[in-house]
Amino acid sequence: MVIIAQLATSFVAASGFGILFNAPAQRLWQCGTIGMAGWILYYGLVQQGMYVVPATTFAAMLVAVMTQICAKVYKTPIIVFHVSGVIPLVPGGVAYDAMRNFVENDYNTAVQLSAQVMLLAGGIAIGLMFSEVVNQLIKKFPLKQKR
Amino acid sequence: MEKAAAAEKVCMLAGKMMLESGAETHRVEDTMNRIAAAAGLENAQSYATPTGINFSIGAAELSNFMRITKRSMDLHKIAEVNTISRKIVANEITISEAHSMLNRVDRKWPTFPPWMQIVAAGFVSGSFTIMFGGAWADFIPAMLAGGAGYAGMLGFDRFFELRFLAEFFGGFLIGLFAVIFVTIGFGLNLDQMITGAVMPLVPGMHITNAIRDLLAGHLVAGVSKGVEAMLTAFAIGAGVAVVVGFV
Repeated sequence: MVIIAQLATSFVAASGFGILFNAPAQRLWQCGTIGMAGWILYYGLVQQGMYVVPATTFAAMLVAVMTQICAKVYKTPIIVFHVSGVIPLVPGGVAYDAMRNFVENDYNTAVQLSAQVMLLAGGIAIGLMFSEVVNQLIKKFPLKQKR
Repeated sequence: MEKAAAAEKVCMLAGKMMLESGAETHRVEDTMNRIAAAAGLENAQSYATPTGINFSIGAAELSNFMRITKRSMDLHKIAEVNTISRKIVANEITISEAHSMLNRVDRKWPTFPPWMQIVAAGFVSGSFTIMFGGAWADFIPAMLAGGAGYAGMLGFDRFFELRFLAEFFGGFLIGLFAVIFVTIGFGLNLDQMITGAVMPLVPGMHITNAIRDLLAGHLVAGVSKGVEAMLTAFAIGAGVAVVVGFV
């Protein structure tokens, strides 16, 4: 039941961000699906006891792979799927929390949260870059024989 | 020579539109170089930062410069510019046709009207409250607060040309609504409700893009985007704290 709620809400959140960022209307459900897949992997890994930073990295890898496939299939720039797919993972909420703690004079919590923001964003960036590496490898060493 | 001038114009317009729509700088530079190469300019140089573009068609030529003041997220525009640049590279359209097509795209209204964005922001807020472990009872209060905050930000942005103050106002409204809802017993958990409701405003994507730019070696773009994201998060946090901290 919890999983179904998470699936539904992450789909709504990711495709809702598609609307906020003005994504092409016929690509919204793909955006939602990618976001949902990434979030569920992250959620599952965190539930299994993994720390949030590596869990985010793995989820970002999944998102990046799905993004590459969708970009090829639908001939749309990668960024369209990318932005709404990664959005459930990005540490926007943590960044806000950090800044709010700064304003409320709780510097210890604020600095901790800021460090976490940097690590989470770095984890996402590394996850996305990893799939880029795989993509370039596939391009340079094609498994199929060239026709 | 005239052809080169036309190609320069198309490159600058495409780059400007992409940067204003929130594309990554390396993608902007790549697109401009591709268009230039397709137009027969072999040694074109482009340098894009979030606040301006430099472009020159050769080492000893005049260089063009353009200031970028307004930045927002518009994926549809990026996709359209991408399609046009692909067509130029594939020689399907001429440079002058591309120029008029780009102009048409630039003037087009956003696909989704503001009320739809506000509704979407509401659903995003409610969903994030659940995703961050909130109770279903908080779904509708978070939705209302998030929608109100986003609407406030859009409205403020339209009337006053002050960056970051719009986000401050959005955060302020979210904090106000959340506190009112909890006080009258409509919502349960103040913190989870606020965290969900600020999600449409927070610059999560900017933070990630900033780190990506830094890792890709675009140091100026990465640092400036990171600072922009930090200031935005600060504005929202301050807006919420003004309400929550003094109640």
